[in-house]
Formats: sequence, structure tokens, C-alpha cells
Amino acid sequence: MTRKQKRGVLIGGGVALLAVAAILVMFALRDTIVFFQTPSDVAAHKVEAGKRFRLGGLVAEGSVKRGAGTKVQFAVTDTLETVNVTYEGILPDLFREGQGVVTEGKLTDAGLFVADTVLAKHDENYMPPEVADALEKKGVKLGQGATHPGNQ
Amino acid sequence: MIIELGHFALVLAVVVALFQMIVPMWGARTGDVRMMATGEPAALAQFILLLLSFCALTYAYVTSDFSVANVTANSHSAKPLIYRISGVWGNHEGSMLLWVLILALFGALVAVFGGNLPSRLRANVLSVQSSIALAFGLFILFTSNPFLRLDPAPFEGRGLNPILQDPALAFHPPFLYAGYVGFSMAFSFAIAALIEGRTDAAWARWVRPWTLAAWMFLTLGIAMGSWWAYYELGWGGWWFWDPVENASFMPWLAGTALLHSALVMEKREALKVWTVLLAILTFSLSLMGTFLVRSGVLTSVHAFAVDPERGVAILGIMVLFIGGGLTLYAFRAGQLRQGGLFAPISREGSLVLNNVLLTTATVTVLVGTLYPLALEGVTGEKISVGPPYFNMTFVPLMVPLLLAMPFGPLLAWKRGDIRGAAERLAAAALVAVVVMVAVFAMFGRGPWLAPVMFAIGVYIMGGAISELAYRAKLGLVPFAETRRRFWNFPRSVFGTALAHFGVGLMVVGITATTAYQSEQVILMKPGESREISGYDLTFRGVAPQRGPNYREQVGKFEVHQNGAFVTTLSPSKRVYDAPPQATSEAGIHASWRGDLYTVLGDAQEDGGYSIRLYFNPLVRFIWLGALIMFVGGAVSLSDRRLRVGAPRRSRGFAVAPAE
Repeated sequence: MTRKQKRGVLIGGGVALLAVAAILVMFALRDTIVFFQTPSDVAAHKVEAGKRFRLGGLVAEGSVKRGAGTKVQFAVTDTLETVNVTYEGILPDLFREGQGVVTEGKLTDAGLFVADTVLAKHDENYMPPEVADALEKKGVKLGQGATHPGNQ
Repeated sequence: MIIELGHFALVLAVVVALFQMIVPMWGARTGDVRMMATGEPAALAQFILLLLSFCALTYAYVTSDFSVANVTANSHSAKPLIYRISGVWGNHEGSMLLWVLILALFGALVAVFGGNLPSRLRANVLSVQSSIALAFGLFILFTSNPFLRLDPAPFEGRGLNPILQDPALAFHPPFLYAGYVGFSMAFSFAIAALIEGRTDAAWARWVRPWTLAAWMFLTLGIAMGSWWAYYELGWGGWWFWDPVENASFMPWLAGTALLHSALVMEKREALKVWTVLLAILTFSLSLMGTFLVRSGVLTSVHAFAVDPERGVAILGIMVLFIGGGLTLYAFRAGQLRQGGLFAPISREGSLVLNNVLLTTATVTVLVGTLYPLALEGVTGEKISVGPPYFNMTFVPLMVPLLLAMPFGPLLAWKRGDIRGAAERLAAAALVAVVVMVAVFAMFGRGPWLAPVMFAIGVYIMGGAISELAYRAKLGLVPFAETRRRFWNFPRSVFGTALAHFGVGLMVVGITATTAYQSEQVILMKPGESREISGYDLTFRGVAPQRGPNYREQVGKFEVHQNGAFVTTLSPSKRVYDAPPQATSEAGIHASWRGDLYTVLGDAQEDGGYSIRLYFNPLVRFIWLGALIMFVGGAVSLSDRRLRVGAPRRSRGFAVAPAE
């Protein structure tokens, strides 16, 4: 092989690989990203049932009910709208009524949010940034905390 | 008084950095030997001043001097000594000071050990290194000064976030910084090479060991962070693809590529232009990591826009150095002479493949990390990019890399024999296939990819051993000869084999934990028992306890295996005094087979508790793999140290300039 051909192999291989990576990235971004929604978004029918998303807001006061086993029911509110949530599992240490929360899961046809993840947060002043932003847009003022030790 | 001295030392260090940035480089331009020679004392002075400054801040923390605003915000007098010390870098201001201190340390090391470098190269390197120190020094003084006083001084501090009060996390930042700030050396050398318009033998001989050292620390730093997240966050996970994790992982990936391309440059004088670019990019990713973590942009794009001072300053520094470096590269890279022809199937070829795959993988991580920020900045839409994205993009790129990895060391430079290499790997591949079948037979459940990844891990470990066996001519010559050969290997051969072996071990650990983890979320009342992965756990109830600066509810579990008592586990829920914050401490029983991991949940009305039980098979291999990679790097480095500075054989003398 001449020097030129070798260079061709190299460049061709590199470009092919980048193309593969670009395709992977595009498919992954289409299929795997999860959008963040507030209870108001849900009330405005912005999300269809069965689609995975993150629901964030405050845990409504007086809404937490423990069911059989580790089943829990609570409501997430952005002070304007409220969505009922069920979750089976252990709640994070800082899960409390009146505090910010981010849950991930799907909406049923009946409008109930079935969460499989309730995000663990580290700081009791912590307000998930999405929640804080969303609430602030609605005129609710809140403090901010840290999310990850690296952000300290 | 000591605080003011520390503050003053910091200001002086910035002044010295300004001098060091200008004078040696000016000397290098004009050929003024005396000006060039000012670089070394300046680098040492800068380091000593920053060290004094850092010690002053540490002193304030150790003595709990709450007249210092930074100490008040991040410390508490009841904190154990070790966490008062680690509190120094457990906050923004202190950790930036540590960042600059480590930067200056690397500059000082060039000054001390760089006697054998061409004086012009050394002067330029010290100037470039100092320009980074100047930028960050000014950043600290103007936006993040840790020495500001409070008047009146409060009686007590606000304390350190309790989840940071942990031995692994206490030493995680210094290692991490030693890693990604260490890549500044490669950057400074790359810029110096571009300024001079050439690279010589001394360049690669210097860059590779320094990159290796930085890479080792970064490897260990990331592993410590992952280990900490595993046992402290109480979710049984060891990697979350969190942007903060990615911020340190991207420089690691690029640094790993740099390590391998610098090898080609050192041994074969090929890939010069690429290596220089990669050196710039690796440190650029370090700077970007610093920006992502330090600017607050990850916490909220919104918060960043409201209080932009620090974020914009770091962004400015980042743009200046990345933009400046790449612009210089665009103009000057053409002047670097290319050399060293090689066939695609050769050691060089395999290292190029390594580089292409690693950099592409870095790009996918970069996209996954920045895309949510960009989208939110542009459209206001909030999304999260989680593990599924990375599993779809990063993992497929790693598979060919892992498959090709054992071939690299078995191929000759210039022109390799791929069939010969494949024959030498046959034994490793055979063992891997047997393991794959065995794993599949044992755990029919789980994704089909898991046994394959298991096999790949085993094949890499086998490949590393095969390479040593091949080099020692095991079985081909009398055993005494094999042994003699084995002990006469250059250390770098052991280093490579160890590091690659570590990767294989890590792949096995990751696969086992990811695919075959058992998890149970249950309710238990005292006296009840539960079986998980061969262990019988009996819950013995919960008792309150008082720690030095926290209260806790401690659960007791008796663990039996086949009727024999194994251990008692005590997961707890803690509430710290200052700041008042709740954390979970997992109860972990570690063994070679895997970790039994218990988390205590909330009390139920009927007297029971919600309990989370995990069995994480072979999870130790993940961190053990990282540790072996670190040791491999150290072994390889010990070889280099003997050779750096030693006269090079024949060719080296002809190439090295007589400056």
C-alpha cells in the first residue's frame, strides 16, 4: 500500500466510525431522553398516557398514604395543579410533605402517575432545579441547595 | 494574622505567575538565556507561595476560626479533625485553591526535574503553565476568595454537608485534581511545541510519563468517587452517568487516548500532529469539567443566568485557553514534521484504532452531557439524559475497543502479524468461551449480552497473561530461561499487562453487577427472616445511637449462610446536628463472591420497617480493576523514571538539538 492509500484507510475508517457513532447518538437521543413536566403540564394534556417522563413539584401536604407492603401514594403539586402518584419501594431520606420531589414513570389512562423512581436528594434545603425553575415561573419563590457533592 | 499572611501569599503568587508567564517566554523568543533561566525559580516560588496560602486556610479550618467567612460556611467545631481538614477542599473557594496549588506543583516539578529538557522548551512550558495559574489565581482573588473575614465572627460554623464527611470522599478531590490538573502538563508541552513549531525526542519522552502520572491519579480519583457513591448514597449503584461524573470521565477517556498516542510518538515519531491536538483536547476537557462543576450550570441553567459572575469567569478562562490553543494549533500544526510510516496492521495501527474509538466514545459522552444544557438554554425544554442513552452509545463503541485491546501489545511495530497474534490469543479466547457457556448455563436469566461481556472481560485478562507468556517463551524454552526472560522484561511490559488486566477485571465486575444484581424491597418486623442469594438475614430490630455529630437509628441484621453465622450488619439512618440533614448508611458485607448490601427504610405503623436488600455479585472487581490499572501505571512509570534523562541510544543524539 502506498502512503496515500494508507491515509485513505485511516481517514475512511475514522469517518465510518464517526458516522456509526452519530447514528447511535441520534437514535439514543430520540429514544432514551426523558422530558420534565410539571403538574400544570399534565393538566394541560401535554403528555400522553404510557409515555415515560419526569414529574416534579412539591409533595402535597397531607397527601402521603402508605398502602399494603411498600406501596405509597402521594400527590405532586406545583401549587396550581396536582397529580396523584403511586410508587412501590423505599422513599428517599428527604422525602417529606411540602418538600420538592422529582419522580419518573408513566401516566395511566385514568390520569394516575405510576412512578418507578423517586429521586434521592441530599440536602434538605434542596429543591430540584427543574422544580425550582418551574415554580418560580409560576411566581412561587424558593431557596436553592446543592445536588451533588461536586457542586459544593 | 495567619489568614492575612495566606491571603498575601496568594496575591504574591499571582504576581509571580504574571512574571513567570511573560519573562521566560520572552527570553525564549529573544534567545536571552538569563530571562529563560528565571522560569525555574519563579515556578518554585509560585508553588511555595500557594502552599503557604493553602496551609493558612487549612490552619483556619483546623482551629475553627469562624472569623473567616469560608470556614463559617463550611465547617463546624464539633467535626472530627480529618473532616475539618478535608473541609478545606469540600467547598468552592477552597477547592479552587487546591486546583491552582496542584497546577503550580506540576510547574515546580518541571523546574526541579526538567534539567535535561532543552532550555527553550522548558522556558515556554513554564510560561504556558503559569498563564493557566495566573488566570485561575485572578479568578480566586476576584470571585472566590477564601480569605474574606466576617465581623463580628459567629460562634459556630454551619458545618460540612454530612454526606461529604467520609474517608473516601475526603481524599477523592485531591486525587481527582492531581489527575485532571495534571493534564495541564501535556497541554503546556503541546502549546510550547506549537510555539516553537517543532517537537523533538525530549518532548514525547516528557509528555508520556507526566500524562501517565496524571492518568493514574485520575483513575484512582474516579474510582474513589464511584466507591463512595456506592456505599454512601444507599442505592447500590456505582455509576450514575451524572454530569458531574461525566465531567471527570471525559478527560479520563481522552487522557487514555493521549497515553497511547504519546507511546507511538515516543517510540516511532509518528502521530505527532494528532498527539499534540489530543494533548490540547484532553486538558480542554479538564477545563470544561471544572466549568461544569464549578459554575453551578449543572444545578440549574437558570441559577447560572441569574448569578453569572463565577460561571462567566470560568467560561471565559475556558474559551481563552481552548480557543487560543486550537487557534495556535490551526496555524502551527502544519510545521510539525510527520514521520514513521506504518501499515494498518501494526502496533501503531492498533493504537490508532484505540485512539479513534476512545475519542469517538468521548464525543458521545460529551453530547450526552451537554445536550440537556444546550436544549434548556435554547428552548427552555428540560430533559434528562440517563443511563439508557449511554448504554446505547458508549457501550457499543467500547466493545470493539475491548476486543482489539489484547491484540495491540502482540503486534510488532511498523508491520504486525495479525494471524500470529490471533494464535497467541487462542488460549485466552477458548477460556473466555468456556466461561461464557458456564455463565449462560448458570444464569439463563438476564440479558443475552451479559455472558458475552463476561467472556470479553475474561478474554482481556487472559490476553494480558498470554502476552507475558509469549514474551517469556513459556513452554518453548526451558522453564529457567522463561523465568530469566520474565524477570528481565522492561517494567513497562508489566505495566501494560497489569493495566489491561485491570480493565478486563473491571469489565467482569461491571457485567456481573449490572446483569445479575438481586434486589428486594420488603417489609420486615423484628424476628423475621429473609433469604437473598444464599444468605439468610434475620432482622433483630432497631436501636437509637449517638455519634460524634449525629444521631442515628441503627438496624441489626444477623446474617447466616448454610446455617453458619457470618456477620451482623447494621444499616442506619442518621440525622446530623449541623447542618441538620438525614443520610442513610448502608450495611455491607463484602466478599469475593459479591456484596450483601442492606438499607434501612422508614418505620411502618405496625412496627415493621421497609428494608432494601441487594446482592451485588463481583462488584469489588470494579474498584479492584481500577486499582490494578493504577498499579500498572505506577510500574510503568517506575521504568520511565530510570530512563528519563539517561542518554538515548544512537538516533536520539542526532535528533536532540544541541542547545
